[in-house]
Amino acid sequence: MALMNVDNYLLRHAQVALASLGDLWRQPLASLMTVLVIGIALALPASLYVLQKNVEQLSGQWQQASRISLFLKADVKDGRGQQIAEQLKSWPDIKKVAFQSSAQSLQEFRDLSGLGEVLDSLPKNPLPAVIIIEPVATATANQAHTDLLNRLEKLPEVDLAQLDMQWLQRLQKLNETGQRGIAVLAAMLSLSVLLVIGNTIRLAILNRKTEIKVIKLVGGTNAFVRRPFLYTGFWYGLIGGIIAWLTVLIALLIISGPVNQLAALYESQFSLHWLSGTLFIALPLCGLLLGVLGAWLAVGRHLSAIEPS
Amino acid sequence: MIQFNEVYKRYAGQQEALSGLSFHLEKGEMAFLTGHSGAGKSTLLKLIALIERSSHGQVIVNNQNLGRLPKWKIPYYRRKIGLVFQDHNLLHDRTVFDNVALPLIIAGENHREIGRRVRAALDKVGLLGKERSQPLALSGGEQQRVGIARAVVNRPPVLLADEPTGNLDPLLSEEIMGLFEQFNQVGVTVFIASHDQELIGRLPYRRITLKNGRLASD
Repeated sequence: MALMNVDNYLLRHAQVALASLGDLWRQPLASLMTVLVIGIALALPASLYVLQKNVEQLSGQWQQASRISLFLKADVKDGRGQQIAEQLKSWPDIKKVAFQSSAQSLQEFRDLSGLGEVLDSLPKNPLPAVIIIEPVATATANQAHTDLLNRLEKLPEVDLAQLDMQWLQRLQKLNETGQRGIAVLAAMLSLSVLLVIGNTIRLAILNRKTEIKVIKLVGGTNAFVRRPFLYTGFWYGLIGGIIAWLTVLIALLIISGPVNQLAALYESQFSLHWLSGTLFIALPLCGLLLGVLGAWLAVGRHLSAIEPS
Repeated sequence: MIQFNEVYKRYAGQQEALSGLSFHLEKGEMAFLTGHSGAGKSTLLKLIALIERSSHGQVIVNNQNLGRLPKWKIPYYRRKIGLVFQDHNLLHDRTVFDNVALPLIIAGENHREIGRRVRAALDKVGLLGKERSQPLALSGGEQQRVGIARAVVNRPPVLLADEPTGNLDPLLSEEIMGLFEQFNQVGVTVFIASHDQELIGRLPYRRITLKNGRLASD
């Protein structure tokens, strides 16, 4: 008997779920407007999230390529410079070391700048010898590189140790700012989804005032009255979430062509991350949670006001 | 079955709707509640159905002191009270069958039992052929009978009716009263508020008369 009641209960839930879906179907235009609003509101932060993840991936790639330039003091002889370079090769956090004498530096500058004659007129070579270091790539590259830099700077022969990464750090900070911004935007748009659903449910409740009164008169509990509205919120959220997912995919489809061409021009290994799997789970889930929550708030607020009199 | 002990009801900012009312309705009894409009008939029924609560005094229904019943238990209490209204309170977007089935769906009955009981109730009120109709397609008398079928479908021990014949002509009114008598004969306690003195006068049942919220005669 108890088992049968559970069966009845589940059957009843399935019936209410289907019935509320049917109600949405019977008002296609109004329902479509609501789910589109929800879909777009969810698609916006989701698209930005995909964008931000891609930028993160890109800056990760560049991080691998960071270098440290060690400018030696002018009075350090080339032989000593070679020696230091050899010693540095044994440091565990250094991957590659290349020594470039001041003469080589001058030659390189001459080739690159095309200022040969001007350089010839200088009384002595103004360029220092450089040791170019490629650090070992680690997960916490930023911190590790800064540590390495500090140790290198303490070498007595070193004039200046420079990490060619300042712009990367800026990019990373920018990325973090973007991440924070997206979170704030997502929170605000989630709130608006909550309000849209709450308001839609509120109207639905007012439309069914008589029905609610009659149900209460013949012994319907608050849970019974609440149930169809919660399912309505559930469907709005779920369908809105799926629409958001489709919107993001379509947006990515539109920009993927130019992005891949751009990446090809830079000979980058970059390929657009779609995150379609993650979003396929996350967006409908977020949608339905917001839907049920919005409905719950609206029902809680308005249902107790409707009592038979 | 229904017992009032020194019951007072005062609505906020108004004079007393009921004052010092005491009476007792036995199990299986059938009685009329009469009096002019504004005498407190509807208020009295609302106290029994727990749509309102008394300001003072005890209302005891089915050995249950309603003053002590917590709010969340009210729905379960109402399932044991059949309610019939003057304006039927039917849902116009559902069929007759679905209207009558509502209390059973709420109580979580299974599908087959619902079908069986709804048809039995509709058969009782003579509307078995109309289960697929919409309420608005029915006459006033038929709509009232749908309302009665809904009130009795989960076999409550108490049946309350507030002016059930208010909108009906004498012939239909008598039919409706006949239905109430039938339910009373199978043991249901029936309590009907009505100001139709002529109709009540012809029937041999107890009459509780209210005047300005007080018991005028019993």
